[in-house]
Amino acid sequence: MTENIKIVENATCTFCGCVCDDMILHVDMDEKRITKAKNACILGRAWFAEHTIEDAPAAMIDGKTVSIEEAIEEAAQTLMKAKFPITYGLSDTTCEAQRQAVAISDIIKGNIDTTTSVCHGPSGLAFQGVGESTSTLGEVKNRADLVIYWGGNPAESHPRHFGRYAVTPKGMFTPGGKKDRTIVLVDVRKTKSSPVADILIRPKPGKDFEVLWALRALVKGKKLSSDIEDRTGVPLETLKDLSERMKNCRFGVLFFGMGLTMTRGRHFNSGALLALATDLNEFTHFVAKPVRGHGNVTGADNVVSWQTGYPFGVNFSRGYPRFNPGEFTTVDTLANAHADAALIIASDPASNFPKKAIEHLKSIPVVVLDTKCTETSKDAHVAFRTSTYGINTSGTVYRMDDVPITLRPAFESPFPDDYTILTGIRKRVNELMLAKHYATGATGEKKVASMTPL
Amino acid sequence: MSEKMILIPGRSSKQGTSLNQGKLKEEYKEVTSTLEMNSDDMNKMGLVDGDTVRLSNETGETTVRCIGVKPEDLPAGIAFIPYGPPSSQLMASDTAGCGMPLSKHMEVEIEKIST
Repeated sequence: MTENIKIVENATCTFCGCVCDDMILHVDMDEKRITKAKNACILGRAWFAEHTIEDAPAAMIDGKTVSIEEAIEEAAQTLMKAKFPITYGLSDTTCEAQRQAVAISDIIKGNIDTTTSVCHGPSGLAFQGVGESTSTLGEVKNRADLVIYWGGNPAESHPRHFGRYAVTPKGMFTPGGKKDRTIVLVDVRKTKSSPVADILIRPKPGKDFEVLWALRALVKGKKLSSDIEDRTGVPLETLKDLSERMKNCRFGVLFFGMGLTMTRGRHFNSGALLALATDLNEFTHFVAKPVRGHGNVTGADNVVSWQTGYPFGVNFSRGYPRFNPGEFTTVDTLANAHADAALIIASDPASNFPKKAIEHLKSIPVVVLDTKCTETSKDAHVAFRTSTYGINTSGTVYRMDDVPITLRPAFESPFPDDYTILTGIRKRVNELMLAKHYATGATGEKKVASMTPL
Repeated sequence: MSEKMILIPGRSSKQGTSLNQGKLKEEYKEVTSTLEMNSDDMNKMGLVDGDTVRLSNETGETTVRCIGVKPEDLPAGIAFIPYGPPSSQLMASDTAGCGMPLSKHMEVEIEKIST
């Protein structure tokens, strides 16, 4: 055991969207590894323990080790040659790196999308259609006396959501912690989250929309037939009780997960829940928050939104951003065989995408930035091994409630960070694009000047 | 003997910890290849913990190991698997114009292939 231990206080765990920023890390500076992560949950402990410095090349082209400069050149050339280059991922990197990725897509007139499209993308559509009654997690902690989790299992996916933000913490107007709150869990399965619930509601699979719509009717004072139980699996009395609790609480919150967005109905499910929250504001204060998965997926939404005007599924092929989910979202660009090159950042679509999309991804040149070898990076044309955000690299991430947090890194990595690599690619594609314009006799200074700010 | 069921891929603690080790490592592969089934359904199909089953639908097929879960925790006709490469084999690519494939609630055929 080395004596060379560094303590990093108030470090941030970026494994999940909770982005807990109260970590106390013990770092073995000789071994370059985190030996203890005080306050971390089971997922956070694994995150800090397993992100060590691996013996691997920083850059490869077709499996052969090359210099970082050579790999940047090849990545830029690959993206420039493509007619429909796509950029995807971004939920496990800093906002600063995300911004470079948007700039690259803009320069090469490509397509940019994030893991949001296969996460809460449907909720993003619902926000645009219905609106969002929202709050920070701090407000939930200090004020919420009715907390409803719908279609999620935070005990396993976001283990500190209960203890740090929404169930047990003692707040300004909830001094008794859990005693001052009623916790409702709505899920098809009984999960490790179920024991925390005061009320457990288990609808039939695929009936979330119907249950939400029934609750909207009850909140508005409409009468419902008792056959609602046959349709949804939830007794009318249970729905009546929940609707009354929702109307009569002081501050209610609906946290919702993939159980709504990944099932039949998708954005209609999220929209029904958001509409229910809106309806409830006639009676009390009620908010709805998506429980976000990756550490900076919320940042990806924010950065892509403020850079392009849209949160995901954005295409620059006409020289200006267009938003069209179903066409410019990555499962579609791959499964429809539109994409002819891909820049994948901190994501592993070859592992988690539909079979048809994976098959097309494997048939086109792919540039990957990742901290570890994955199904996507192992077959990549250009693969960069990058340092880990929050452990080796500083920067900004957004918590799931859109609160930005600055990262405090623990130790240096020999690998470059995503920002450095993407900045290199961005500069090179800009040079190549300028050269292309000169070579094709573009209209001189005016046209060039319009491109240089990128 | 085979049965039609609804497959729900999702997250689990073990999947979360093992993916930090690396998605190409054995533990992650094992976690994402373990299917949880209602134990009554397993009895009906003559399955015991550790048996290998084939999951198939119009999109594709995959082979996984099954384990039983108490009937009160997982309704009959529903199976759960930590999502990963095996569940992707069964995921259709149609996104209904919104970008999201149906990643949960997949209709699959489950068939015992060995013990």
